[in-house]
Amino acid sequence: MNDRYDVLIVGAGPAGLAAAHAAASHGARVGLIDQQATAGGQVWRHDVRRALPALARQSMRNALDHATVDWLAQTRVVTGEDGGLLVEDPKSARLLHYRALVLATGARELLLPFPGWTLPGVTGAGGLQALAKQGWPLAGRRVVIAGSGPLLLAAAATARAHGAHVAAIYEQSSREQMQHFATGLWRWPGKALQATALKAKLLGVPYRCGSVVRRATGEHQLQSIEVDGPGGLERIDCDVLAVGYGLLANVELAQLLGCTLQYQGAHAVVETDRYQQTSVAHVYAAGELCGIGGRDTARVEGAIAGHAACGEGAAADRLLPARRRARHFSDALDRCFALDARVHALAQPDTLICRCEDVPLAALDGHTDARSAKLATRCGMGACQGRICGSALAEIGRFPRSGARPPLFPTRLSTLAGVELSHFHEP
Amino acid sequence: MKPALIRLQINHRTVEVVAGSSVAAAIAAAQSSAVFRRSITGQPRAAFCGMGACFECRVRIDGTGQQRACMVPVREGMQVICDE
Repeated sequence: MNDRYDVLIVGAGPAGLAAAHAAASHGARVGLIDQQATAGGQVWRHDVRRALPALARQSMRNALDHATVDWLAQTRVVTGEDGGLLVEDPKSARLLHYRALVLATGARELLLPFPGWTLPGVTGAGGLQALAKQGWPLAGRRVVIAGSGPLLLAAAATARAHGAHVAAIYEQSSREQMQHFATGLWRWPGKALQATALKAKLLGVPYRCGSVVRRATGEHQLQSIEVDGPGGLERIDCDVLAVGYGLLANVELAQLLGCTLQYQGAHAVVETDRYQQTSVAHVYAAGELCGIGGRDTARVEGAIAGHAACGEGAAADRLLPARRRARHFSDALDRCFALDARVHALAQPDTLICRCEDVPLAALDGHTDARSAKLATRCGMGACQGRICGSALAEIGRFPRSGARPPLFPTRLSTLAGVELSHFHEP
Repeated sequence: MKPALIRLQINHRTVEVVAGSSVAAAIAAAQSSAVFRRSITGQPRAAFCGMGACFECRVRIDGTGQQRACMVPVREGMQVICDE
Protein backbone atom coordinates (compact mmCIF):
# COMPACT_ATOMS: atom_id res chain seq x y z
CA MET A 1 0.00 0.00 0.00
CA ASN A 2 1.59 3.25 -1.13
CA ASP A 3 0.41 6.73 -0.29
CA ARG A 4 1.13 10.03 -1.96
CA TYR A 5 0.98 13.32 -0.16
CA ASP A 6 1.47 16.91 -1.23
CA VAL A 7 3.05 17.58 2.15
CA LEU A 8 4.35 14.84 4.43
CA ILE A 9 5.21 15.89 7.98
CA VAL A 10 7.36 13.92 10.38
CA GLY A 11 6.57 14.68 14.02
CA ALA A 12 3.24 15.75 15.53
CA GLY A 13 4.46 18.12 18.23
CA PRO A 14 3.74 21.86 18.13
CA ALA A 15 5.83 22.37 14.93
CA GLY A 16 4.34 19.44 13.02
CA LEU A 17 0.78 20.26 14.06
CA ALA A 18 1.21 23.89 12.98
CA ALA A 19 2.73 22.77 9.66
CA ALA A 20 -0.18 20.39 9.05
CA HIS A 21 -2.75 23.08 9.79
CA ALA A 22 -0.98 25.64 7.56
CA ALA A 23 -0.54 23.22 4.64
CA ALA A 24 -4.10 21.90 4.89
CA SER A 25 -5.45 25.48 4.88
CA HIS A 26 -4.22 25.71 1.25
CA GLY A 27 -6.01 22.51 0.32
CA ALA A 28 -2.90 20.30 0.36
CA ARG A 29 -3.21 16.57 0.99
CA VAL A 30 -1.20 16.17 4.19
CA GLY A 31 0.27 13.11 5.89
CA LEU A 32 1.27 13.63 9.53
CA ILE A 33 3.29 10.84 11.14
CA ASP A 34 4.59 10.34 14.66
CA GLN A 35 6.16 7.50 16.62
CA GLN A 36 3.86 8.12 19.55
CA ALA A 37 0.30 6.85 19.82
CA THR A 38 -1.03 10.35 20.50
CA ALA A 39 -0.18 13.71 18.94
CA GLY A 40 1.35 16.57 20.90
CA GLY A 41 5.04 15.68 20.96
CA GLN A 42 6.89 15.96 24.24
CA VAL A 43 5.62 19.33 25.39
CA TRP A 44 1.95 18.51 24.81
CA ARG A 45 2.20 14.90 25.84
CA HIS A 46 -1.12 13.40 26.94
CA ASP A 47 -1.37 13.20 30.74
CA VAL A 48 -3.49 10.38 32.20
CA ARG A 49 -4.43 12.60 35.13
CA ARG A 50 -4.81 16.10 33.76
CA ALA A 51 -6.41 17.77 30.75
CA LEU A 52 -4.14 19.30 28.14
CA PRO A 53 -3.84 23.10 27.93
CA ALA A 54 -6.43 24.78 25.68
CA LEU A 55 -3.76 25.79 23.14
CA ALA A 56 -2.68 22.16 22.77
CA ARG A 57 -6.25 20.94 22.28
CA GLN A 58 -6.94 23.66 19.72
CA SER A 59 -3.70 22.94 17.81
CA MET A 60 -4.54 19.24 17.66
CA ARG A 61 -8.09 19.86 16.47
CA ASN A 62 -6.87 22.28 13.80
CA ALA A 63 -4.52 19.69 12.38
CA LEU A 64 -6.01 16.26 13.06
CA ASP A 65 -9.68 17.09 12.38
CA HIS A 66 -8.91 18.66 9.02
CA ALA A 67 -10.47 16.70 6.15
CA THR A 68 -7.27 16.63 4.07
CA VAL A 69 -4.94 15.54 6.90
CA ASP A 70 -4.15 11.84 7.44
CA TRP A 71 -2.95 11.24 11.00
CA LEU A 72 -0.58 8.26 11.08
CA ALA A 73 0.13 7.42 14.72
CA GLN A 74 2.75 4.94 16.00
CA THR A 75 4.56 5.26 12.70
CA ARG A 76 8.31 5.60 12.50
CA VAL A 77 10.63 6.42 9.66
CA VAL A 78 13.04 3.62 8.77
CA THR A 79 14.84 5.35 5.93
CA GLY A 80 14.27 7.90 3.20
CA GLU A 81 15.34 9.05 -0.20
CA ASP A 82 14.43 11.93 -2.46
CA GLY A 83 10.64 11.96 -2.69
CA GLY A 84 9.78 9.14 -0.31
CA LEU A 85 10.05 7.67 3.18
CA LEU A 86 9.93 4.04 4.22
CA VAL A 87 7.85 3.88 7.40
CA GLU A 88 6.62 1.13 9.67
CA ASP A 89 3.75 0.97 12.14
CA PRO A 90 3.11 -1.85 14.65
CA LYS A 91 1.62 -4.01 11.90
CA SER A 92 3.17 -3.20 8.55
CA ALA A 93 5.64 -1.20 6.51
CA ARG A 94 4.98 1.06 3.54
CA LEU A 95 6.37 3.78 1.34
CA LEU A 96 5.02 7.28 1.63
CA HIS A 97 5.68 9.60 -1.29
CA TYR A 98 5.71 13.37 -1.00
CA ARG A 99 6.04 16.53 -3.03
CA ALA A 100 7.31 18.40 0.01
CA LEU A 101 8.56 17.05 3.31
CA VAL A 102 8.47 18.91 6.64
CA LEU A 103 10.78 17.56 9.31
CA ALA A 104 9.53 18.38 12.81
CA THR A 105 11.34 15.63 14.69
CA GLY A 106 11.83 17.73 17.81
CA ALA A 107 14.36 17.15 20.51
CA ARG A 108 15.48 14.63 23.07
CA GLU A 109 17.28 15.21 26.34
CA LEU A 110 21.00 15.58 26.74
CA LEU A 111 21.75 12.78 29.20
CA LEU A 112 25.28 12.79 30.57
CA PRO A 113 27.12 9.90 32.22
CA PHE A 114 28.04 9.97 35.90
CA PRO A 115 28.73 7.14 38.35
CA GLY A 116 25.48 5.29 39.01
CA TRP A 117 23.49 6.73 36.10
CA THR A 118 22.52 3.25 34.89
CA LEU A 119 20.75 2.33 38.16
CA PRO A 120 16.98 1.75 37.97
CA GLY A 121 15.46 4.83 39.60
CA VAL A 122 17.63 7.25 37.62
CA THR A 123 15.80 8.85 34.69
CA GLY A 124 16.01 11.94 32.53
CA ALA A 125 14.30 15.08 33.85
CA GLY A 126 12.01 15.43 30.86
CA GLY A 127 12.13 11.64 30.93
CA LEU A 128 10.47 11.48 34.34
CA GLN A 129 7.92 14.05 33.24
CA ALA A 130 7.05 11.92 30.20
CA LEU A 131 6.87 8.73 32.27
CA ALA A 132 4.69 10.38 34.94
CA LYS A 133 2.25 11.77 32.38
CA GLN A 134 1.81 8.23 31.08
CA GLY A 135 0.96 6.92 34.50
CA TRP A 136 4.34 6.05 36.07
CA PRO A 137 3.52 5.81 39.79
CA LEU A 138 5.13 8.60 41.82
CA ALA A 139 2.72 8.98 44.75
CA GLY A 140 4.67 9.23 47.99
CA ARG A 141 8.01 8.70 46.27
CA ARG A 142 10.96 10.87 47.17
CA VAL A 143 12.16 12.54 43.97
CA VAL A 144 15.19 14.73 43.25
CA ILE A 145 15.28 16.74 40.02
CA ALA A 146 18.68 17.84 38.70
CA GLY A 147 20.64 18.98 35.68
CA SER A 148 20.03 22.24 33.89
CA GLY A 149 17.42 24.41 32.23
CA PRO A 150 13.80 25.43 32.60
CA LEU A 151 12.67 21.86 31.97
CA LEU A 152 13.70 21.00 35.55
CA LEU A 153 10.92 23.23 36.88
CA ALA A 154 8.33 21.74 34.56
CA ALA A 155 9.45 18.21 35.45
CA ALA A 156 9.25 19.00 39.16
CA ALA A 157 5.76 20.49 38.81
CA THR A 158 4.53 17.39 36.95
CA ALA A 159 6.12 15.04 39.51
CA ARG A 160 4.45 16.95 42.31
CA ALA A 161 1.07 16.97 40.57
CA HIS A 162 1.40 13.17 40.36
CA GLY A 163 1.91 12.91 44.10
CA ALA A 164 5.70 12.82 44.37
CA HIS A 165 7.53 14.39 47.27
CA VAL A 166 10.04 16.58 45.40
CA ALA A 167 12.95 16.81 47.85
CA ALA A 168 14.92 19.40 45.85
CA ILE A 169 15.82 20.77 42.42
CA TYR A 170 19.55 21.06 41.70
CA GLU A 171 20.47 23.43 38.84
CA GLN A 172 24.09 23.44 37.68
CA SER A 173 24.00 27.11 36.57
CA SER A 174 25.22 29.57 39.15
CA ARG A 175 22.90 31.84 41.09
CA GLU A 176 24.42 34.85 39.25
CA GLN A 177 23.60 33.39 35.83
CA MET A 178 20.06 32.63 36.95
CA GLN A 179 19.46 36.08 38.40
CA HIS A 180 20.71 37.69 35.20
CA PHE A 181 18.23 35.59 33.24
CA ALA A 182 15.35 36.30 35.61
CA THR A 183 15.85 40.07 35.42
CA GLY A 184 15.66 39.90 31.61
CA LEU A 185 12.46 37.85 31.60
CA TRP A 186 10.20 40.95 31.44
CA ARG A 187 10.94 41.12 27.70
CA TRP A 188 8.85 37.98 27.20
CA PRO A 189 5.72 38.53 29.32
CA GLY A 190 4.25 35.14 28.36
CA LYS A 191 7.37 33.36 29.62
CA ALA A 192 7.42 35.46 32.80
CA LEU A 193 3.83 34.38 33.47
CA GLN A 194 4.72 30.73 32.88
CA ALA A 195 7.66 31.05 35.28
CA THR A 196 5.44 32.63 37.94
CA ALA A 197 2.84 29.88 37.58
CA LEU A 198 5.52 27.19 37.88
CA LYS A 199 6.98 28.88 40.94
CA ALA A 200 3.58 28.79 42.62
CA LYS A 201 3.24 25.07 41.88
CA LEU A 202 6.67 24.44 43.39
CA LEU A 203 6.17 26.39 46.61
CA GLY A 204 8.28 24.83 49.35
CA VAL A 205 10.58 22.88 47.01
CA PRO A 206 14.21 23.95 47.52
CA TYR A 207 15.81 25.22 44.27
CA ARG A 208 19.61 25.09 44.57
CA CYS A 209 21.84 26.75 41.97
CA GLY A 210 25.46 25.85 41.25
CA SER A 211 24.74 22.25 42.27
CA VAL A 212 25.64 19.08 40.38
CA VAL A 213 24.73 15.46 41.16
CA ARG A 214 28.09 13.67 41.21
CA ARG A 215 27.04 10.13 41.94
CA ALA A 216 24.04 7.85 42.39
CA THR A 217 24.33 4.78 44.61
CA GLY A 218 22.21 1.78 45.46
CA GLU A 219 22.33 -2.02 45.39
CA HIS A 220 20.03 -2.84 42.45
CA GLN A 221 17.98 0.32 42.72
CA LEU A 222 18.76 3.97 43.42
CA GLN A 223 19.04 4.69 47.15
CA SER A 224 20.98 7.91 47.50
CA ILE A 225 22.86 10.60 45.61
CA GLU A 226 25.82 12.84 46.26
CA VAL A 227 25.45 16.51 45.34
CA ASP A 228 28.29 18.99 44.89
CA GLY A 229 26.90 22.43 45.75
CA PRO A 230 28.11 25.84 46.93
CA GLY A 231 28.05 24.51 50.51
CA GLY A 232 30.18 21.43 49.72
CA LEU A 233 29.20 17.78 49.27
CA GLU A 234 25.81 16.60 50.45
CA ARG A 235 24.28 13.10 50.53
CA ILE A 236 20.55 12.75 49.95
CA ASP A 237 18.38 9.62 50.09
CA CYS A 238 15.81 9.37 47.32
CA ASP A 239 13.76 6.87 45.29
CA VAL A 240 13.99 8.69 41.99
CA LEU A 241 16.66 10.95 40.51
CA ALA A 242 15.56 12.74 37.36
CA VAL A 243 18.52 14.43 35.71
CA GLY A 244 18.77 16.13 32.33
CA TYR A 245 21.20 18.69 30.94
CA GLY A 246 19.04 20.37 28.34
CA LEU A 247 17.79 19.37 24.93
CA LEU A 248 19.30 18.11 21.67
CA ALA A 249 17.79 18.28 18.18
CA ASN A 250 16.79 14.92 16.66
CA VAL A 251 18.71 15.50 13.42
CA GLU A 252 19.15 11.87 12.34
CA LEU A 253 16.51 11.82 9.59
CA ALA A 254 17.55 15.23 8.25
CA GLN A 255 21.16 14.08 8.21
CA LEU A 256 20.23 10.89 6.36
CA LEU A 257 18.40 12.93 3.72
CA GLY A 258 21.54 15.03 3.20
CA CYS A 259 20.35 18.28 4.80
CA THR A 260 23.21 20.59 5.74
CA LEU A 261 23.72 20.76 9.50
CA GLN A 262 25.36 23.45 11.56
CA TYR A 263 26.87 23.06 14.98
CA GLN A 264 25.70 24.92 18.06
CA GLY A 265 28.42 23.98 20.47
CA ALA A 266 28.93 20.22 20.33
CA HIS A 267 25.56 19.39 18.79
CA ALA A 268 24.10 19.69 15.33
CA VAL A 269 20.94 21.46 14.22
CA VAL A 270 19.49 21.73 10.71
CA GLU A 271 20.30 24.80 8.65
CA THR A 272 17.30 26.45 6.97
CA ASP A 273 16.54 29.54 4.88
CA ARG A 274 13.93 32.18 5.72
CA TYR A 275 11.13 29.79 4.68
CA GLN A 276 12.45 26.90 6.79
CA GLN A 277 13.71 25.14 3.68
CA THR A 278 16.78 22.97 4.24
CA SER A 279 19.68 22.64 1.79
CA VAL A 280 17.72 19.81 0.12
CA ALA A 281 15.01 20.93 -2.32
CA HIS A 282 11.43 20.38 -1.08
CA VAL A 283 12.62 19.39 2.40
CA TYR A 284 11.74 21.79 5.23
CA ALA A 285 12.63 21.72 8.91
CA ALA A 286 10.92 23.43 11.83
CA GLY A 287 11.10 23.75 15.58
CA GLU A 288 13.68 22.20 17.90
CA LEU A 289 15.37 20.57 14.94
CA CYS A 290 16.61 24.02 13.84
CA GLY A 291 17.89 24.95 17.31
CA ILE A 292 16.27 24.48 20.70
CA GLY A 293 13.66 27.22 20.91
CA GLY A 294 10.67 25.82 22.74
CA ARG A 295 7.00 25.60 21.95
CA ASP A 296 6.37 29.10 20.63
CA THR A 297 9.27 28.97 18.19
CA ALA A 298 8.18 25.53 17.05
CA ARG A 299 4.61 26.68 16.37
CA VAL A 300 5.60 29.66 14.27
CA GLU A 301 8.31 27.79 12.35
CA GLY A 302 5.96 24.89 11.70
CA ALA A 303 3.39 27.28 10.25
CA ILE A 304 6.02 28.98 8.06
CA ALA A 305 7.19 25.59 6.78
CA GLY A 306 3.61 24.45 6.13
CA HIS A 307 2.81 27.56 4.07
CA ALA A 308 6.14 27.52 2.22
CA ALA A 309 5.80 23.80 1.41
CA CYS A 310 2.62 24.75 -0.49
CA GLY A 311 4.38 27.60 -2.31
CA GLU A 312 2.49 30.20 -0.27
CA GLY A 313 5.37 32.58 0.44
CA ALA A 314 3.14 35.54 1.31
CA ALA A 315 1.45 33.65 4.17
CA ALA A 316 4.87 32.58 5.43
CA ASP A 317 6.23 36.16 5.21
CA ARG A 318 3.60 37.41 7.66
CA LEU A 319 5.01 35.10 10.34
CA LEU A 320 8.67 36.09 10.08
CA PRO A 321 8.60 38.83 12.78
CA ALA A 322 7.00 36.39 15.26
CA ARG A 323 9.77 33.87 14.60
CA ARG A 324 12.47 36.49 15.19
CA ARG A 325 11.00 37.35 18.57
CA ALA A 326 10.63 33.72 19.64
CA ARG A 327 14.22 32.88 18.65
CA HIS A 328 15.58 35.78 20.73
CA PHE A 329 14.22 34.10 23.83
CA SER A 330 15.99 30.83 23.12
CA ASP A 331 19.32 32.64 22.65
CA ALA A 332 18.92 34.13 26.12
CA LEU A 333 18.19 30.65 27.52
CA ASP A 334 21.33 29.20 25.96
CA ARG A 335 23.52 31.82 27.58
CA CYS A 336 22.00 31.30 31.01
CA PHE A 337 22.21 27.51 31.08
CA ALA A 338 25.67 26.99 29.54
CA LEU A 339 27.14 23.87 31.15
CA ASP A 340 29.72 24.10 33.91
CA ALA A 341 33.07 22.28 33.43
CA ARG A 342 32.23 20.07 36.45
CA VAL A 343 29.39 18.51 34.46
CA HIS A 344 31.78 17.42 31.70
CA ALA A 345 34.06 15.71 34.20
CA LEU A 346 31.49 13.58 36.06
CA ALA A 347 32.18 10.27 34.29
CA GLN A 348 34.97 8.22 35.89
CA PRO A 349 37.16 5.69 34.01
CA ASP A 350 34.83 2.82 35.03
CA THR A 351 31.57 4.72 34.35
CA LEU A 352 29.62 3.07 31.53
CA ILE A 353 29.25 5.49 28.64
CA CYS A 354 27.46 3.25 26.14
CA ARG A 355 24.51 1.82 28.06
CA CYS A 356 23.55 -0.54 25.24
CA GLU A 357 26.94 -2.24 25.00
CA ASP A 358 28.23 -1.52 28.53
CA VAL A 359 31.38 0.29 27.39
CA PRO A 360 33.23 2.19 30.14
CA LEU A 361 34.90 5.55 29.56
CA ALA A 362 38.40 4.09 30.00
CA ALA A 363 37.85 1.79 27.00
CA LEU A 364 37.51 4.87 24.80
CA ASP A 365 40.87 6.35 25.74
CA GLY A 366 43.04 6.85 22.68
CA HIS A 367 40.14 6.94 20.21
CA THR A 368 39.74 10.27 18.48
CA ASP A 369 36.65 9.56 16.39
CA ALA A 370 33.37 7.70 16.81
CA ARG A 371 34.14 5.21 14.06
CA SER A 372 37.40 3.93 15.54
CA ALA A 373 35.82 3.75 19.00
CA LYS A 374 32.89 1.81 17.55
CA LEU A 375 35.08 -0.70 15.72
CA ALA A 376 37.26 -1.36 18.75
CA THR A 377 34.73 -1.27 21.59
CA ARG A 378 31.17 -1.50 20.09
CA CYS A 379 30.45 1.90 21.67
CA GLY A 380 27.35 3.28 19.93
CA MET A 381 26.47 0.01 18.19
CA GLY A 382 23.52 -0.94 20.37
CA ALA A 383 19.80 -0.42 19.96
CA CYS A 384 19.86 3.34 20.59
CA GLN A 385 22.42 3.72 17.79
CA GLY A 386 24.52 6.17 19.74
CA ARG A 387 21.68 8.59 20.47
CA ILE A 388 22.67 8.64 24.15
CA CYS A 389 26.42 7.88 24.26
CA GLY A 390 27.31 9.59 20.98
CA SER A 391 25.75 12.87 22.08
CA ALA A 392 27.26 12.54 25.56
CA LEU A 393 30.75 11.95 24.15
CA ALA A 394 30.39 14.98 21.87
CA GLU A 395 29.27 17.10 24.82
CA ILE A 396 32.12 16.07 27.12
CA GLY A 397 34.65 16.79 24.38
CA ARG A 398 35.76 13.29 23.35
CA PHE A 399 34.68 13.16 19.68
CA PRO A 400 31.71 14.18 17.52
CA ARG A 401 28.85 11.79 16.69
CA SER A 402 29.14 9.73 13.53
CA GLY A 403 26.74 10.26 10.63
CA ALA A 404 23.25 8.75 10.38
CA ARG A 405 22.74 5.56 8.39
CA PRO A 406 19.63 3.52 7.70
CA PRO A 407 17.71 2.03 9.36
CA LEU A 408 17.14 5.02 11.65
CA PHE A 409 15.73 2.70 14.32
CA PRO A 410 16.01 -1.05 14.90
CA THR A 411 13.54 -2.40 12.38
CA ARG A 412 11.67 -5.61 11.62
CA LEU A 413 13.36 -7.75 9.00
CA SER A 414 10.09 -7.98 7.10
CA THR A 415 10.13 -4.19 6.70
CA LEU A 416 13.54 -4.26 5.05
CA ALA A 417 12.73 -7.34 2.99
CA GLY A 418 9.47 -5.93 1.66
CA VAL A 419 10.76 -2.93 -0.27
CA GLU A 420 13.23 -1.97 -2.88
CA LEU A 421 14.38 1.56 -2.35
CA SER A 422 14.42 2.19 -6.10
CA HIS A 423 10.61 2.32 -5.81
CA PHE A 424 11.10 5.83 -4.49
CA HIS A 425 11.91 6.96 -8.01
CA GLU A 426 8.56 5.99 -9.50
CA PRO A 427 6.82 8.99 -11.05
CA MET B 1 -15.92 10.73 35.87
CA LYS B 2 -13.40 8.11 36.92
CA PRO B 3 -10.98 7.05 34.20
CA ALA B 4 -11.37 3.54 32.78
CA LEU B 5 -9.03 0.84 34.10
CA ILE B 6 -7.12 -1.60 31.94
CA ARG B 7 -6.01 -5.05 33.15
CA LEU B 8 -2.87 -6.62 31.77
CA GLN B 9 -0.27 -9.17 32.82
CA ILE B 10 3.28 -8.28 33.77
CA ASN B 11 5.41 -11.41 34.11
CA HIS B 12 2.16 -13.42 34.48
CA ARG B 13 0.89 -11.20 37.30
CA THR B 14 -2.25 -9.14 36.77
CA VAL B 15 -1.99 -5.40 37.20
CA GLU B 16 -4.63 -2.72 36.74
CA VAL B 17 -3.75 0.75 35.45
CA VAL B 18 -5.53 3.81 34.14
CA ALA B 19 -6.35 3.74 30.41
CA GLY B 20 -3.79 5.76 28.46
CA SER B 21 -0.90 4.56 30.62
CA SER B 22 2.23 3.25 28.95
CA VAL B 23 3.41 -0.31 29.37
CA ALA B 24 6.41 1.21 31.20
CA ALA B 25 4.09 2.71 33.81
CA ALA B 26 2.24 -0.60 34.20
CA ILE B 27 5.54 -2.39 34.85
CA ALA B 28 6.48 0.17 37.51
CA ALA B 29 3.01 -0.14 39.05
CA ALA B 30 3.35 -3.93 39.21
CA GLN B 31 6.66 -3.79 41.05
CA SER B 32 8.22 -0.66 42.53
CA SER B 33 11.82 -1.68 41.78
CA ALA B 34 11.07 -3.34 38.46
CA VAL B 35 13.85 -4.60 36.22
CA PHE B 36 12.88 -4.04 32.58
CA ARG B 37 15.86 -5.77 31.05
CA ARG B 38 19.40 -6.95 31.82
CA SER B 39 22.30 -5.23 30.12
CA ILE B 40 24.84 -7.32 28.22
CA THR B 41 26.92 -7.61 31.40
CA GLY B 42 23.87 -8.51 33.49
CA GLN B 43 23.08 -5.19 35.14
CA PRO B 44 19.42 -4.42 35.93
CA ARG B 45 18.02 -1.59 33.81
CA ALA B 46 14.75 0.33 33.81
CA ALA B 47 13.05 3.08 31.80
CA PHE B 48 15.45 6.01 31.51
CA CYS B 49 14.75 8.59 28.79
CA GLY B 50 10.96 8.14 28.81
CA MET B 51 10.65 9.16 25.18
CA GLY B 52 11.81 6.29 23.02
CA ALA B 53 15.45 7.34 22.49
CA CYS B 54 17.50 5.18 24.87
CA PHE B 55 15.93 1.71 24.43
CA GLU B 56 16.57 0.82 28.11
CA CYS B 57 12.92 -0.14 28.65
CA ARG B 58 12.83 -2.92 26.04
CA VAL B 59 10.47 -5.78 26.97
CA ARG B 60 8.48 -8.54 25.29
CA ILE B 61 4.88 -7.56 24.53
CA ASP B 62 2.38 -10.17 23.32
CA GLY B 63 5.19 -12.38 22.09
CA THR B 64 7.17 -9.69 20.27
CA GLY B 65 10.52 -8.85 21.83
CA GLN B 66 12.51 -5.60 21.82
CA GLN B 67 9.48 -3.34 22.30
CA ARG B 68 10.05 0.02 23.98
CA ALA B 69 7.67 -0.06 26.97
CA CYS B 70 7.57 3.74 27.14
CA MET B 71 6.20 3.99 23.60
CA VAL B 72 3.39 1.44 23.82
CA PRO B 73 0.03 2.23 25.43
CA VAL B 74 -1.53 -0.53 27.55
CA ARG B 75 -4.31 -2.69 26.10
CA GLU B 76 -6.70 -5.02 27.89
CA GLY B 77 -5.23 -8.52 28.25
CA MET B 78 -1.74 -7.56 27.13
CA GLN B 79 1.02 -10.01 28.12
CA VAL B 80 4.29 -8.33 29.07
CA ILE B 81 7.51 -10.13 29.94
CA CYS B 82 10.39 -8.20 31.50
CA ASP B 83 13.94 -9.15 32.44
CA GLU B 84 14.26 -12.05 30.01
